Amino acid sequence: MGEAIVVTSGKGGVGKTTSSANIGTALAILGKKVCLVDTDIGLRNLDVVMGLENRIIYDLVDVIEENCRLAQALVKDKRFEELYFLPAAQTKDKDAVQPEDIKKIIESLKPDFDYIIIDCPAGIEGGFRNAVAGADRAIVVSTPEISSVRDADRVIGLLEGANIKNPKLIINRVRPNMMKSGDMMDIDEVCAILAIDLLGVVPDDQQVIKSGNIGEPTVMNPTSNAAVAYRNIARRILGDSVPLMNLDGKKGVFNKLKKIMGIG
Amino acid sequence: MTATKEHVTIKGNKDGLVFLFNDHCEFPDLLSELQYKLEKSHQQILSGPTIDVHIKLGERELDVQQEEEIKKLVGHHGNLLIQSIESTPKEQIEKNIHQDLKIMNGIVRSGQSIHEDAPILFMGDVNPGGMISSNGDIYVMGALRGLAHAGKNGNKDAIIAASYMRPTQLRIANIVSRSPDESANEGAYMEFAYLDEDHMQVGKISELHKVRPVALQF
Repeated sequence: MGEAIVVTSGKGGVGKTTSSANIGTALAILGKKVCLVDTDIGLRNLDVVMGLENRIIYDLVDVIEENCRLAQALVKDKRFEELYFLPAAQTKDKDAVQPEDIKKIIESLKPDFDYIIIDCPAGIEGGFRNAVAGADRAIVVSTPEISSVRDADRVIGLLEGANIKNPKLIINRVRPNMMKSGDMMDIDEVCAILAIDLLGVVPDDQQVIKSGNIGEPTVMNPTSNAAVAYRNIARRILGDSVPLMNLDGKKGVFNKLKKIMGIG
Repeated sequence: MTATKEHVTIKGNKDGLVFLFNDHCEFPDLLSELQYKLEKSHQQILSGPTIDVHIKLGERELDVQQEEEIKKLVGHHGNLLIQSIESTPKEQIEKNIHQDLKIMNGIVRSGQSIHEDAPILFMGDVNPGGMISSNGDIYVMGALRGLAHAGKNGNKDAIIAASYMRPTQLRIANIVSRSPDESANEGAYMEFAYLDEDHMQVGKISELHKVRPVALQF
């Protein structure tokens, strides 16, 4: 029986879709059977980031309206052994779907997959309620900006209301040099306000934009910092304890040595 | 009836008559004095329109039979109508002191709000966008980063205390105060806010006893 994890944030543009794509892909790289579900009906993006846009035949709404079977709507990502994708509809809007519909779909996916990653739309209205309906756990994505943290806080409250306990936090687009100079909220500050477990910190990385544009999740390119961060996050989801990566970007032989010894 | 302390006191208010019964005397004494007062000394109340009667027993608790006797005696006089018989047992009086402080925990997140008529001791954080309000005092054992409104029903003596004080806004009664605009404002530990002649003041918790000699305000 698989586990359904919703990736949400409240605020738009903080990296929900990027995080969903990368976490899903990283879990697939680690040998898990993963299904990505895009619930952002009318504004789907996950297919583009994954580079699967041109392979969509049926979508979520087709499944709900029984135009096709669930298995027919799933798009297999051929780059990986066991990565599937259930796209959202682009021609409908969010009212075409009810929370119970999504719940039913997630429940019927669970026996066949280890992880079901649900990409949530921005906002806290119907789309959010749909996405959250079938989830067992939640990952809240926030950037270290006050507006984003405020919305994340609101969403955490709503998740508690929806009976999803202990959501985990990903702090995205971190710029270590700005944090150091005090121009950006630092990680401790964000954690102090949100008061939930930190799942990972993802540095701001140009590679993410680049790979998003060519439809290739960043984790596939292990040289980028963001890729390493997402791989670590995936391992933490599996229960490994992986220390937070050194964001200072100091290379140097000494730092490398420290890293090898596990004290860096 | 000689010059002993009265067992039954009859008072009038807007709801009718209130019979205050002494709770330290013997019940038969009480009953006989009640009878005496109704039939002899206070006869004037027995004529005229119907009057509602509220009986306050103090700490005395009556069994069914005793209650029946009182009802019979009072009901005997046609225009008296018993509305209530109340007693406040001793334990309850002591308990009330504790119950009046509402102790809560958790996190008040953005978009959430809690309100209690009683003073609140909140163990946890109040985040920006969250609101905590009370008709009495508010004590936050945690970080107060959101909005706190004490004395919401107009009680200007209410205070707001927090382990870490960095609110977006403080309100006491109808006075509103916000934190200074300097973003460098770091917040402060162990502080409380109070009204001094309608101006919001903030002080260290250690100074609280000067502003408020008695700890809790209801």
